[in-house]
Amino acid sequence: MATTEPRGLGHSVKRIEDARFIRGRGNYVDDITLPNMLHMELLRSPVAHARITSVDTSRAAALPGVVAVVTGDLMAQHNLAWMPTLSGDTQAVLATDKVRFQGQEVAAVVAETPYIARDALELIDVDYEMLPAITSPQQALADGAPVIRDDKEGQAGNHIYDWETGDKEATDRAFADADRVVSLDTFYPRCHPAPLECCGCVADVNPASGKATIYMTSQAPHAHRTLFAIVAGLPEHQIRIVSPDIGGGFGNKVPIYPGYVVATAASLLIGRPVKWIEDRFGNLISTGFARDYHMHGELAIKDGRMTGLRASLLSDNGAFFADAQPTRFKAGLFHICTGSYDIPAAHVSAVGAYTNKAPGGVAYRCSFRVTEASYLIERLVQTAAYELGVDPADFRRQNFIKPEQFPYTSATGFEYDSGDYTKAHDLALEKLGYAELRKEQEAARAEGRLVGIGVASFTEVVGAGPGKIYDIAGLRMFDSAELRIHPTGKAILKLGTKSQGQGHETTYGQIVAEELGIPAEDVLVEEGDTDTTPYGLGTYASRSTPTSGAATAVIARKLRDKARTIAAHLLEASEDDLEWERGSFHVKGSPDKSKTIQDCAFAAYTNLPDGLEAGLEGVTYYDPPNMTFPFGTYAAVVEIDRGTGQWKVLRVVAVDDCGVRINPMIVEGQIAGGLTEGFAIAAMELITFDDDGNCIGSSFMDYLLPTAWETPDFEMHETVTPSPHHPFGAKGVGESATVGSPAAYVNAVVDALAHAGVRNLEMPVTPSKVWQALKEVGLAE
Amino acid sequence: MATTVGESTHTVQVTATVNGQERSAQVETRLLLAHFLRQTLGLTGTHIGCDTTSCGACTVLVDGVPTKSCTMFAVQAAGREITTVEGLAAGAQLHAIQEGFHEEHGLQCGFCTPGMMLTSVAFLAENPSPTDEEIRWALSGNVCRCTGYQNIVKAVQHAAAKLAEGSE
Repeated sequence: MATTEPRGLGHSVKRIEDARFIRGRGNYVDDITLPNMLHMELLRSPVAHARITSVDTSRAAALPGVVAVVTGDLMAQHNLAWMPTLSGDTQAVLATDKVRFQGQEVAAVVAETPYIARDALELIDVDYEMLPAITSPQQALADGAPVIRDDKEGQAGNHIYDWETGDKEATDRAFADADRVVSLDTFYPRCHPAPLECCGCVADVNPASGKATIYMTSQAPHAHRTLFAIVAGLPEHQIRIVSPDIGGGFGNKVPIYPGYVVATAASLLIGRPVKWIEDRFGNLISTGFARDYHMHGELAIKDGRMTGLRASLLSDNGAFFADAQPTRFKAGLFHICTGSYDIPAAHVSAVGAYTNKAPGGVAYRCSFRVTEASYLIERLVQTAAYELGVDPADFRRQNFIKPEQFPYTSATGFEYDSGDYTKAHDLALEKLGYAELRKEQEAARAEGRLVGIGVASFTEVVGAGPGKIYDIAGLRMFDSAELRIHPTGKAILKLGTKSQGQGHETTYGQIVAEELGIPAEDVLVEEGDTDTTPYGLGTYASRSTPTSGAATAVIARKLRDKARTIAAHLLEASEDDLEWERGSFHVKGSPDKSKTIQDCAFAAYTNLPDGLEAGLEGVTYYDPPNMTFPFGTYAAVVEIDRGTGQWKVLRVVAVDDCGVRINPMIVEGQIAGGLTEGFAIAAMELITFDDDGNCIGSSFMDYLLPTAWETPDFEMHETVTPSPHHPFGAKGVGESATVGSPAAYVNAVVDALAHAGVRNLEMPVTPSKVWQALKEVGLAE
Repeated sequence: MATTVGESTHTVQVTATVNGQERSAQVETRLLLAHFLRQTLGLTGTHIGCDTTSCGACTVLVDGVPTKSCTMFAVQAAGREITTVEGLAAGAQLHAIQEGFHEEHGLQCGFCTPGMMLTSVAFLAENPSPTDEEIRWALSGNVCRCTGYQNIVKAVQHAAAKLAEGSE
């Protein structure tokens, strides 16, 4: 009955979801139109820090077509002017007392059309009494700095947290014993995930039933439902979040934003559906940014070996502490910062501060500050190699954790599940032709050309839970899969995760194909509707394959066990006499006596053995025993134009080890996308602010994204070290390249200038920064 | 300026040929072509990504020329021929560019895909056998956040080969 050969793990099955997207038949949130629907637009603060002395909505409310003007005061009457953040802080939904960053939500207009709503925004009169703006954490923590969060009782300054991990004393001893200490101060600038689709929702609160259906751009619909219940005080069974097709997420669609809350409140109050679609300005100026991390790192070195690592971090969290990260880790998973190296002692200390900038903090294709950690160690390692006068490749090789050391417990307490770092590193160098390139680099230098080779060997920690260690807002980070096999052998698989382009409809189907022999084409994969899918924490931090992917394999195996009982009944044989060959059971020694999984499915509804429950379906919740630790080595070759400071990427070689690959085509697609975003961060993407807190980078004219023209070609290779604890040996991969590659690009540009003594360039490494460096070392033309 | 609010509700009749069919509607003069296509005509395959003519998600063909519909008024399209993503396939038969994007994994989230494909179709009409570099230049007004472009270049080459096959 199988319609096609089941292609399980390791097959580059063409994507099932493509069919609708290439025809323009996707269903993104802005494509949803409900009868009688209204449109909402948000008024945002034009200034970074000011007291609101009055908000006059009378002119706006009088405009024909305007149905309601919502202010902070109105929200306060319903106890909704503030909401909790994912980091246990509070965030203003609509400002009541002060505005605390430029772009903050001040009021909303609900109107018959979006054009009228926009017109009405112009008619709202707000009086602001200006306050000094704080645009850096250093300023924020200085004595006498104005207190941004004067709404919080007992908040005397702008300090949010102190956090530390590792062994300080052991680390101090390592530094005391070191024969060399290398340090680096670097700033990982604020950047933004900027998915091509902005955030938005259609909130539909049915006045008769009280049921709130909220179609929204959500990477974590179940968690959002629970948080909505808590924030809005609505009974959870009366809330249905539907996350339709998502036009890219990269972490930007993990938090709950004020727009969702106001639109839902407006629909509740008005009794009609309300659509809110953010524009690009709103997206860049107010939603979850990334990084903005000041880092000081020190490496202790003895006899060519790294013996200790210190990192002290200063985080700019913006006006509200709204990082989306596991509760107990204030610096995310930064403590993966020993990376791929066997460093016996490490200590990390972190401080967070409020500033007059947008809140958020961890988003952008990164498992909770793993990106910053990877960048710091890989930049430090290269710096150390220069200082020691050794080749960075040799220095890495000498310090890698060895394959026989796994499982390896890092100095900060992670248990790395598996790895072979030297193998991935050496493969990258071989594919690059490293030794030859070093000679060519010398030759180029002799001709006056500046060529640089940059390498970065990353280790990530992804796939949260275990739930007892990792939770977000108290919700444990397990995930789920529910598989129902219909009588005719087709199936529906429902999950707690939510694809934003990762190809889940194909890859999850392939897991079913692998485990049951039902082709992916015969499996409908459903995600995003909280009324129909099992509970889960969603898709971010490279967790879908490690959690829901694992759950899919587990539930498929459970159904296979039941199918075996049914097959034994149909074949009048003992279960023990049956052998499973993907897709069918046969009697040992009699291959012609067999029943397919489809036969078993039909019998599950038509011809059951006595005493067996009907149906072939089940649900499972998978709590991983450990994180997975994907790794790899990225190498970039660049050439600098001495006349302009521009640098061009000549080659990129990427070796990724994400364990067993479900769909190699999709995995390579993820890596190529990540290498591009890594390049973007290294070269051009920047959200910055002037001294008054005006955001520079709030449109795609200022916030630069690479196009096909700037983006290099990528040469991708793999090694395979299966995860020992994942049901089929897979690790997460969606973020590896954004995490690992920025250091490779920056290392390459620095390498081109290292012979002249240049040790650091800050991201984004713009032509003007390179030009300054060229001038300082006398290499400018 | 708030004082222009009253004036902007002026409406006109716009008639254009959209995907081969004459479509007509009474619309505000200020209505953007992207909104005309998406809201007035219900053709939601045309997406809006930036509002500043930077990203190309809203690209449609106007008389065969790739045009960012978020920065053009519907009234400017009056009397012209518009092609959107919904007009690419001939019934069940995919256009070569659609086949190329599917075969070469040229899309992930799908949001930029309609604009990418329409820009590519116009480009291939001008340059049926391009180099990779020429494709990259031609697509440099369209942003993709997911794929890293490499497979998009392959998708356009796939379509070029397929179209050349068809014209032999």
